[in-house]
Amino acid sequence: MPEPPSGEVLRLAALRKSYDVGRPTQTEILHGLDLALGRSDFAALVGPSGSGKSTLLNLIGLLDSPTSGELFLLGQPTRDMDDEARTALRGSAIGFVFQFHHLIQAFTALENVLMPLMVTKGRPDAEALARGQGLLEAVGLGDFAGRKPNQLSGGQQQRVAIARALVTRPALLLADEPTGNLDTKTAADVFELFRRFNRDFGCAVLIVTHDERLSATCDRTVTLVDGRIVSDSTQAAVADAAGAERRGAT
Amino acid sequence: MWIETTIALKFLREGRTQTALILIGIAVGVAVIIFITSLITGLQSNIVERTLGTQAHIRIQPPDAINRVLPAPAGTVQLLQEDKRAQRLRSIINWQQVVGTLDQLPQVAAVSPVVSGPAFARNADALLPVSLLGIDPIRYQRIVPLAQYMISGTLRIGAGDAVIGRLLANDLGLTVGDKLRLQTGIGRTALVSIAGIFELGVRELDQRNVYLDLKQTQSLLDLPGGVTVIDVTVREIFAAKSISGRIGALTGLKSESWMQTNAQLLNALTSQSLSTRMISSFVALSVAFGIASVLSISIVQRTREIGILRAMGTRRVQMLQVFLIQGAVLGFFGSAVGALLGYVLAWVFNAFGPGLFYIPVPSALVPAAMGLATITGIVASAVPARRAARLDPVVAIRYA
Repeated sequence: MPEPPSGEVLRLAALRKSYDVGRPTQTEILHGLDLALGRSDFAALVGPSGSGKSTLLNLIGLLDSPTSGELFLLGQPTRDMDDEARTALRGSAIGFVFQFHHLIQAFTALENVLMPLMVTKGRPDAEALARGQGLLEAVGLGDFAGRKPNQLSGGQQQRVAIARALVTRPALLLADEPTGNLDTKTAADVFELFRRFNRDFGCAVLIVTHDERLSATCDRTVTLVDGRIVSDSTQAAVADAAGAERRGAT
Repeated sequence: MWIETTIALKFLREGRTQTALILIGIAVGVAVIIFITSLITGLQSNIVERTLGTQAHIRIQPPDAINRVLPAPAGTVQLLQEDKRAQRLRSIINWQQVVGTLDQLPQVAAVSPVVSGPAFARNADALLPVSLLGIDPIRYQRIVPLAQYMISGTLRIGAGDAVIGRLLANDLGLTVGDKLRLQTGIGRTALVSIAGIFELGVRELDQRNVYLDLKQTQSLLDLPGGVTVIDVTVREIFAAKSISGRIGALTGLKSESWMQTNAQLLNALTSQSLSTRMISSFVALSVAFGIASVLSISIVQRTREIGILRAMGTRRVQMLQVFLIQGAVLGFFGSAVGALLGYVLAWVFNAFGPGLFYIPVPSALVPAAMGLATITGIVASAVPARRAARLDPVVAIRYA
């Protein structure tokens, strides 16, 4: 995967999103956003409900396409990509963690973890199986590989979902209220996991959350209000620089 | 294809109750199709066997004698009064060669030259009109298995031995071993002894047919060395008409198939086949709708999982395949069970049914039904599968 030298993972340029384009009900949700995210970024996206957080997350996750402006993922412009290319890039570059863990019920924990690899590359080889098992161990579920989702607790399921999000070694991890329905202790564990993967794998993390305690522990907080970025409590420049340095060192 | 198949099978296994119900639905549909097709096939072959068991599929006769009219010179008007010619009994010219040619045709199963004409049968004061049939017993048996129809005596033809029908024997008061005097229109007579009596079950034939040696009949009818009819049976009975046409063109003789002489029967058989096909089509259609509706429900239930799979990089075409495979698997396994069920139904009918005829389950029917059911499953799942493939992952994840 070609990557811009700066270690930039994501860049938004004057990104706009409207719904019902061309109809009388047309409404613009996002009004020209500019944002850059580097490899080492560990950022929170906060904002009141209705501010456009989810819309933005869907755009960044290549689940939806912007009305105007451009979204660069790993340096590639994505607005004019067709569904195939978008899906392929999404599969390889982005890991998702949703609020409601969203495991596929018919598959075991390990199969769920391997799913992103299986849907793009087919039957998992020994290396993939080892990677999946390793990730399960990393989230503390090494012994639960053969269990079905309904045999796991909510926190365990969310940890499986995180392992799944990381199995493709994505450049960007997107998490939508990842601790929303977890108790404080479990939430802290999960959060710690994100930290570790950000550090160990150089995977940019963007967490959408309402939770101020959670966002406060992030390196960077992007605040969205009414479709505009009103603050970017930035050590962004610092973090980018640090990221670039770290990359240069390794 | 591996992951698509795996997901499809896991989805089917997870929705056990739904899967089981639709499998039963498909099985019942396929069983009905197999049973009714076998039933009608059995019934038809029974009817055809009864009808054609006592007659040839194709009868070849000399062409009708016609008046040959000289063409009028150009520029003249020709007025013509024509009386149709009387059709006297004539032999087929060069019949040995015709028989030889027909023997070579791959579609033809048996060929039998017959010399046939009218006569009177006399015993004491009783005088009855009969049809003389001079046959080559070995060849004729392949057309009408006379030996099967004998009710007394034996099928012995030749050297003054004759075989007659039960009704004729009754009317003349004769039994096996008695003498019968035959007299033809040209005044020739013969005294034959009755070697056997048959019953074909067709009144006309049992009352009139007298089977004799070919040579003796030729001399009785004054057709030395000649035959008047060549009987033919074909391997594929419903091809009789086209084969008959070919034979007519090949030999220049008058060739008539059973399909022309039994037009009504043919009509009945055709309508029966048509109605069977219609019933089968409608059953197949309802099975297809069943598959489509079950998969549609499954897609609604799995909207969120589909969204996640899409978010994880599953392509649209893969999502499409997951549901097409489900359709194919349902069709295949449902029809396998259905085929078994169809066999059982046919067996039950044969064992405990009215017993009027036997239903064979044609061996080609099962793979054909299973193949068709699988294709139906795929086609039926196309609409829901397309919907699954088009699901917007955003909507699927958010609002499911």
